[in-house]
Amino acid sequence: MIVKQVNQKAWFMVLPVFLVVAFSAIIPLMTVVNYSVQDTFGNNQFFWVGMEWFTDLLHSERFHDAFLRQISFSAIILAIEIPLGIAIALAMPRKGWGVPVCLISMSLPLLIPWNVVGTIWQIFGRVDIGLLGHTLTALGIDYNYTQDPIAAWLTIIAMDVWHWTSLVVLLCYAGLCSIPDAYYQAAKIDGASRVSVFRYIQLPKMQRVLLIAVLLRFMDSFMIYTEPFVITGGGPGNSTTFMSIDLVKMAIGQFDLGPAAAMSLIYFLVILLLSWGFFTVMSNIGEESSNGGS
Amino acid sequence: MRWKWIIPTVYIFFLLLPIYWLLNMSLKTNSEILSVFSLWPQNLTFDNYRVIFTDPSWYSGYINSMIYVSMNVVISVSCALPAAYAFSRYSFVGDKHLFFWLLTNRMAPPAVFALPFFQLYSSIGLFDTHIAVALAHCLFNIPLSVWILEGFMSGIPKEIDETAFVDGYSWPRFFVKIFIPNIASGIGVTAFFCFMFSWVELLLARTLTAVNAKPISAIMTRTVSASGLDWGVLAAAGILTILPGALVIWFVRNHIAKGFALGRV
Repeated sequence: MIVKQVNQKAWFMVLPVFLVVAFSAIIPLMTVVNYSVQDTFGNNQFFWVGMEWFTDLLHSERFHDAFLRQISFSAIILAIEIPLGIAIALAMPRKGWGVPVCLISMSLPLLIPWNVVGTIWQIFGRVDIGLLGHTLTALGIDYNYTQDPIAAWLTIIAMDVWHWTSLVVLLCYAGLCSIPDAYYQAAKIDGASRVSVFRYIQLPKMQRVLLIAVLLRFMDSFMIYTEPFVITGGGPGNSTTFMSIDLVKMAIGQFDLGPAAAMSLIYFLVILLLSWGFFTVMSNIGEESSNGGS
Repeated sequence: MRWKWIIPTVYIFFLLLPIYWLLNMSLKTNSEILSVFSLWPQNLTFDNYRVIFTDPSWYSGYINSMIYVSMNVVISVSCALPAAYAFSRYSFVGDKHLFFWLLTNRMAPPAVFALPFFQLYSSIGLFDTHIAVALAHCLFNIPLSVWILEGFMSGIPKEIDETAFVDGYSWPRFFVKIFIPNIASGIGVTAFFCFMFSWVELLLARTLTAVNAKPISAIMTRTVSASGLDWGVLAAAGILTILPGALVIWFVRNHIAKGFALGRV
């Protein structure tokens, strides 16, 4: 730990970052705040409506549904990707030619533009020309993601697992690689079982990266827009209309600026609060277990 | 544990299968895609790729994407370098709050910012320029760069700075001549992640452009809706968007694990 020197001139070094981010964060955010408390009849005439949009929105069924879908989606994604990522990271080779092969092929989905990810799965799942859709139909399974809400959900979940599990794998793998060999040798001498090696050596060492993995996966799955938009466009019906899709529909499709702005602010606040909650809870658990261990 | 290798192998197979299917489709003619179902192309054709490389409305998309992504990487890294140094070496009024505020921007959903950005950049006459997209992507890339670089810089002992100042280096000269070479791999990793997040983002890039700076991914979505679904060309365009990412991974493959190891992505 470096002892930091107090130096107010350091603000000059931070200034460029502050200006650029303030320009692209504060001005647009204030525009949103502005819209959220006003109404318009066109002609750029606005008048004050106070908290009306917020109360309307919080009581509207459309918002409740989108919010519920979003929360369930994020929960499912976390429940699948985190354990799967840990399992794959544990099974990955530590040395030899397998390491670069694994790292490169696993990073590949992360660098594909998001709408191309959508397109890949849109094609892959189609009954007429896609490998997945064609195979499932040939096996006699009724699968059509454009009409069946359950199939649409499964396709989007499979797509997200395909797209993002690698991030969890890479983070966990980096955490595992930082464990010195001596730990494993000590465990071997003590006759520790595979499970207790995982529970008392590997899991605590992965704690930090796991925290980051959970946070990142939560934030990004909560903000998901492009991929489900390309695959299903929010349908069939409204069954895959997540918060971002609903928001863009409202703001750019219907140009309902007031409700859209109110929704933006609530959306942003929910993400901030939940992320902060995750962070506090998980770092508390981390501190307790490390105190208990020592 | 002898069969452990099966898990990653199955996973990689699962990852590569949809990409293979796209590649397979890009090498077929449209009539073959729609009529015959086969695991590999019966009549190998490169026509789909030829269409993309000869039609300006297609290949200009790649050039546009490359321009704004490189602009974004340069802006993000060069702004973040001094800031990350300040965060890692000094404490000053409001440093922790500033750091947290920067990180909250990484959590902001792009959908929230799409419309305000459109109005902001239209009103200052930057709509449909590369710099507009590059600046918009700074919203999430600068906080990320500061976060990653700060991790790398904190790993460099402070004695290096002190020795240099005793030897009579001025701060800018020390920073460029001594400090930056020391964190070269950190800068590489940061640039990689900036490239990645700017390259894959579509919503903001599409909202802020119309013709002159339209990214390739937006051109693809337009083609899906307009021209009666030319699957072969669409697949070829998809494959071509994967290539730059694959190239970049190849160059940073030795640093990528280190970047993740810092746990600061």
